[in-house]
Amino acid sequence: MNILLEHLSVENIDTFEVYRKLGGYASVEKALRMAPMDVVEEVKKSGLRGRGGAGFPTGLKWSFIDRKSGKPRYLVCNADEGEPGTFKDRFLMEKLPHRLVEGMIVSSFALESHTAYIYIRGELMWIGKKLEKAIQEAYANGFLGKNILGTGYDLDIYVHPGAGAYICGEESALLESLEGKRGLPRMKPPFPAVSGLFACPTVINNVESLSAVPWIINKGGDAYAKIGVGKSAGTKLFSACGQIKKPGVYEIEMGITVEDFIYSEKYCGGLLEGRTLKAVIPGGSSTPILPPHLVTKTASGEPRLMTYESLSEGGFESGSMLGSGGFIVLDNTACIVRNTWNFSRFYHHESCGQCSPCREGTGWLEKVLYRIEHGQGRPEDLDLLLDITKKIDGKTICSFGAAACWPIASAIRHFEHEFKAHIDKTAPHLDGCCVHKQEASVARHHH
Amino acid sequence: MSSIAFSRETLALVDDILSRYPEGCKKSALLPVLHLAQQELGGWLSPDVMNYVAELLKLSPIEVYEVATFYTLFRLQPTGKYVLEVCQTGPCCLMGAEKTVADLEKKLGITVGQTTADGLFTLKTVECLASCGSAPMMRVDDAYYEHLTDSKLDQILDAFKKGQTPS
Repeated sequence: MNILLEHLSVENIDTFEVYRKLGGYASVEKALRMAPMDVVEEVKKSGLRGRGGAGFPTGLKWSFIDRKSGKPRYLVCNADEGEPGTFKDRFLMEKLPHRLVEGMIVSSFALESHTAYIYIRGELMWIGKKLEKAIQEAYANGFLGKNILGTGYDLDIYVHPGAGAYICGEESALLESLEGKRGLPRMKPPFPAVSGLFACPTVINNVESLSAVPWIINKGGDAYAKIGVGKSAGTKLFSACGQIKKPGVYEIEMGITVEDFIYSEKYCGGLLEGRTLKAVIPGGSSTPILPPHLVTKTASGEPRLMTYESLSEGGFESGSMLGSGGFIVLDNTACIVRNTWNFSRFYHHESCGQCSPCREGTGWLEKVLYRIEHGQGRPEDLDLLLDITKKIDGKTICSFGAAACWPIASAIRHFEHEFKAHIDKTAPHLDGCCVHKQEASVARHHH
Repeated sequence: MSSIAFSRETLALVDDILSRYPEGCKKSALLPVLHLAQQELGGWLSPDVMNYVAELLKLSPIEVYEVATFYTLFRLQPTGKYVLEVCQTGPCCLMGAEKTVADLEKKLGITVGQTTADGLFTLKTVECLASCGSAPMMRVDDAYYEHLTDSKLDQILDAFKKGQTPS
């Protein structure tokens, strides 16, 4: 079922003309004749949850916005997609820019906001330009600007580029960045719904969340809630990558099995010829890695489903998270230690440096993993890594610190034998793995 | 210092950018304007360029420096004409990004971080560019080059050498 990717394959669907002809912007015509609170109510009923990674109910988030402060209210679209393994927002914006613009008009109206920003990562400004074109077309056709469709409602949308900082995907860091400052996450409270952009009430929503709003308004929140399973309502984009036959972005009804997603021709198409499954990271690099026996089944033997609840079933012991939907598949040729070291380098590089546990700790994690991967690991290193993760997780302003720890703690939990084989140098020779080489080419790139 | 200035068209664009933010919040224009400065004023943010941006946006120079040094897209040193930014994050490495980097080093005769003697290419490794399903990949200027293979790299480098944009 296609909600977000409806009409994806239609030629020139990225133009206003074609998008409009196929029913685009109908939700704006409908919503602007409703009361804003009724639009909020419809989204609440839909059960839509934030698609950036946290999964917080979107309608509930909207209901927190302070409407009585007398200050302007802002909607900010978080298009700072950067979680390794995730490329679905980029795909949506590139292929269907008008769906996001349409969703933002309806959402801004619901929030009684008259200015909205799309904060897009700087590397994606070539897509930002497509959004700017879509926005221009919406203005030219009376869907943006003053007195939209003669209803008296005014709205401006602007595209704002970031400049290369993963942390700006954290919503309060994003706001700092949008204010022209370093992207340092803010202490909360106050929450953005009370004091966000320019110290005004603000809602920050992910690209995919906002792009689901037109369908919800057109067909009703109840219709959306009927799709999926329980609290995992609706459809979800998964970006599948790694060692599979058909990497790409897939829209699924939540509730299909993980096994189906990996092996069906409709989705990932299975593993590469002659390979076997080693691990899956189901929701972006921050989410815990799962070994094969926990990928398709939960620890209690139930089939693992593509839902928020099932992917996290078993907690950190035997589950993971749906996260951002960045679905990474590793086969038997992949080195878990090398992949874990790689991610630790990413988090060290991207730590904003504000909190000492994260700033220093991510560096230590990277160094220790580097030496294990490069054949200089020590017997006490695994305990040391886990000790460092415990000293970061939960001790920082934002959740980045935790996100840097989970991939490491879960890799050691499920693949301890591989780490130990690296430390005592009995690991098999794998592609790219450095444990048997004195000096790998990549070692030179290490800072 | 006085020789550093945006063109008339860019100054009009700066005014347009400033109009997007409410009164008293014009500092928001800093990131977009730094991007323009880097594009138009020499390909990197020299102290003089940053001072010019500070003056233009009525900010103190330190407000510009602290931002320019935080974000990886802002270059604080001169680079080659084309900066090849190869993604080296996990999912790309699963699909051979480390070989892509090694191939480029060989083809260009430089290592990561260096610029070719003719000043044409700088080779960099960067973190995730949201292109994990089309790995290995690199970004050059404002374009993504995906599903890279050895022969595709040759085509891309050849096009740049001829001053063309690779298809």
